[in-house]
Amino acid sequence: MSVGPIIADSSIIICAGSGGVGKTTTAAAIGIAAARAGRRVVVVTIDPAKRLADTLGISGKLGNEPHRIELGSGETGQLWAMMLDTQETFNEVVRQYSADSEQVKRITSNRFFLNISNNLSGTQEYMAAEKLFQLHSDDRFDLVVIDTPPSRDALNFLDAPSRLVRFLDHRVYRMLLAPTTGGLRVISAAMQPLLRTIAGVVSAKALDDVLDFFRAFEGMESGFRARASEVAGLLRSPSTAYVVITSPSVEAIEEADYFIGQLAAAQLSISALIVNRLQPSFDESPDLENRDPAFDYSALDENLTNLNARSALQLASVAQLVDRVAPAPVAFVPLLSQDVASPDALGVIATHVIANQARTSGL
Amino acid sequence: MDQIEFFTASRIIVVAGKGGVGKTTVSAGLAMAAAQAGLRVLFIELDDKPSAEKFLGSSTSWGYEPTEIFVPSGTGHISARRITATKALTDYLDTRPLAKFSRKLITNGIVELVATAAPGIDDLLVIGKIKALEGERVADLIIVDGPPAGQAISLLMSARALNNSIGGGPIHQQSAEVLELLRDRARCQVMLVTLAEATPVSEMIDTAFALEDEIGVHLAPLVINAVEPVSALEIPESLNLASGLARAAQFQNTRTAQQSQEIARLKDRLAIPALELPFLTTIDSVAVAAAIRHQIELLP
Repeated sequence: MSVGPIIADSSIIICAGSGGVGKTTTAAAIGIAAARAGRRVVVVTIDPAKRLADTLGISGKLGNEPHRIELGSGETGQLWAMMLDTQETFNEVVRQYSADSEQVKRITSNRFFLNISNNLSGTQEYMAAEKLFQLHSDDRFDLVVIDTPPSRDALNFLDAPSRLVRFLDHRVYRMLLAPTTGGLRVISAAMQPLLRTIAGVVSAKALDDVLDFFRAFEGMESGFRARASEVAGLLRSPSTAYVVITSPSVEAIEEADYFIGQLAAAQLSISALIVNRLQPSFDESPDLENRDPAFDYSALDENLTNLNARSALQLASVAQLVDRVAPAPVAFVPLLSQDVASPDALGVIATHVIANQARTSGL
Repeated sequence: MDQIEFFTASRIIVVAGKGGVGKTTVSAGLAMAAAQAGLRVLFIELDDKPSAEKFLGSSTSWGYEPTEIFVPSGTGHISARRITATKALTDYLDTRPLAKFSRKLITNGIVELVATAAPGIDDLLVIGKIKALEGERVADLIIVDGPPAGQAISLLMSARALNNSIGGGPIHQQSAEVLELLRDRARCQVMLVTLAEATPVSEMIDTAFALEDEIGVHLAPLVINAVEPVSALEIPESLNLASGLARAAQFQNTRTAQQSQEIARLKDRLAIPALELPFLTTIDSVAVAAAIRHQIELLP
């Protein structure tokens, strides 16, 4: 079984995993593997460290628009990459659903809106999903690979569209604003004590921003709701693949296990598991006939034994997870002796990702 | 350095580091080492999901109220609790007028509204609660298993941002007091944890500068976790380089050379002493504590 067919056939690949497992690197490697297979692929990252750009050798060039990455000659596919800008993506959404430019201006200059864009939990995930939707509809690409935000709760990504709609549609705000009287909403008298309490915590000015925002946002809810349901539908489409990435560390395995459980609870299944950064094992045949009798081999022997013991331990740690994801394919990617810091090193990872592998590592 | 001297350099240590570097195991080991040195330790977990529990031998998830932790040796003790923004906000609103009304609203999503209207307020409430515990002297040392590095900056920055954006009232007062705490070396220090690998080291250097320059917090000694023993393996000329023995040696030599290079880069960029904890195959807080105590002894 290989991860290759998933990369060849899916139209969206969502990469999930905990911090430190090499998620961004793996997403980029999947992009390279797809481009090698002739696909036109765009990799979207949400990486504050701008590491993807560094690894791809295009530092400072990634923004909210896809940027073409040059592959070696002879490649038939195309590789593009971009870095998600949550604020800019949200502005695009507002522009799309506003009645006029006046409404766009009122919303995008509102401080509470800026806070929603940058601080409300789930907004980053929603904008990632929104961008996914836009790129999926873009004729330039036939595969979108996305590196999910480093969220503790990976399911945030799945229900982010509906969560944002719920937030914008919350009954608390309906309570804050009394029914329309002559087109102008006024704050109901019953809400005054509550508003005073909130203002005491967040300051009166911040509260004014909130009220202004909801007044400006009026009329856009239905457009937002319709789009959110389209985005949610795309996340559940059969051509959307969920690839879970883990390292052999106990914490990463637990997180991966938790995420697979969350997918199952959402009636989705894992498409592939990638076990990254596995310590490789080495041939243990003693090669006694070539040994120099004057040399002390004990340090070399001990090193070989230690590395192989650690490799065996790591494989034992992931064994249960590997069994659990069956029949989904599993790729084992070895820890490289050098840090992955160049397109060439990414290419090596890409080869491991699509290699034909049994359910136990042949490393 | 003397253990007590190390652990009483400040009354709060916030442990921070990128995902996957072992921040939680280091926090748990640190709490254990301090308790074994005879201190009363309060361990604070900020994550909603249980993570430090298993390293400190708790079979159940900690709540807002303190849970006592078994300390196998020494005269000190550890109590552990989990502090979340929602709970800290309830606590705060309880002291305000209309406490009952506010409580009801918490379940109606008002926390999200408040946190979005004034971003950072949830972080401020959490640090504010830790500050209150420090003020009450509930422990000799409070260890906070902090959020991942990026979020650690926003957690610690929240006080400064709110202090600048909110002109007066209780939040302004609270943020001013939190800033004072964060800048006081004797009360609070931040301990950064990394692996000796390129990406986490780069991130740690950026975080260290941001914390020192932008907030003025004081950094405790750094922790470099999972360090492999370094001794370049000699490969005799007669050995077949394609053999497992030679390839394993080359692999290890490359890894450890790279590790030494990253440690050197870290020490060059940040003039802060470092605790180098060895790679452990089985991790529990007692083993980590032993490694920490040994490294403290080596500090000048």
